[in-house]
Amino acid sequence: MRDADRHVSRSAFAYLFSEMVQYHTSRIRSAGELELKLHEVGQRVGAKTLELVTIREKLMKRESGVIEMLQFVSSTCWKSLFGKVADSLERSTDCGNEYMIHEFEPITNCFVSIPTDLGHLNCAAYIAGILAGMLDCAHFPAVVSAHAMPAPDSEPHCYA
Amino acid sequence: SPTNHRTMPMLLIVGSREPLYEAEFSTGPQSKTEDTAHLNQFILHSAMDMVDDAAQSTNNMYLRIVDRFNDQNVFAFVTAGNIRFLLLHEGRNEEQVKAFFQEVYEAYVKLLMNPFYSYDTPICSTSFDQRIQAIARRYL
Repeated sequence: MRDADRHVSRSAFAYLFSEMVQYHTSRIRSAGELELKLHEVGQRVGAKTLELVTIREKLMKRESGVIEMLQFVSSTCWKSLFGKVADSLERSTDCGNEYMIHEFEPITNCFVSIPTDLGHLNCAAYIAGILAGMLDCAHFPAVVSAHAMPAPDSEPHCYA
Repeated sequence: SPTNHRTMPMLLIVGSREPLYEAEFSTGPQSKTEDTAHLNQFILHSAMDMVDDAAQSTNNMYLRIVDRFNDQNVFAFVTAGNIRFLLLHEGRNEEQVKAFFQEVYEAYVKLLMNPFYSYDTPICSTSFDQRIQAIARRYL
């Protein structure tokens, strides 16, 4: 925990993640349910991640505004989780309390090939779950979902 | 009723729905009567509203003294995940308590890293308890 510079190899994560997806795949009936399961698992990771990243920052402060919180999540937390900051954080023009975090190559989707019977599955639901878990425990309850965009990227949407 | 009687400092960790952990720290030979046993818990629980008020007014995790009861102070600390630490203590040294809370926070995050411990659930780990007792001996 103290050693923030230690990294897990991408292949180790991919292997573990694929095992997790396969474990859940055998227990669900639809792609929607699988996304829900991944989201749930992500939520449990999210709360823990938030505390870990925060204590490493050593600031001993909490975020109180939505924008500040999203910025903290999309930069500092993202860096800790994925080794990079999120590609962008945007606020929706049509819906005031909707925000989008863009991630062009989410590590959950890199090595996944979707079988035809799970056509609309987006494994970034796991990342959306992590985000939802973080926001929820910080008292910013939000609906967070992952959407694939035409360009090869995936964006978790947050409705705060 | 108790006469010359030092009350023990007490730490309470509170989640979103319920207390998660409670510890009393003996600071020397003393007796505890039935009267005081539940009084400390009562003092801390009734300070919860003050903790929430204080948490609204600042971004700091350390909230210093949020309430008083007779000669005892209630110190509070709120984590990023809104887990509240409350300390009931006769002392008034805010810097010392801040350092205490920071070590408790570290111990808490270490506990959180255990995959078998779920966020916002009661803490039953004996090693966590031992760690907290050791931290208390150092700072209180």
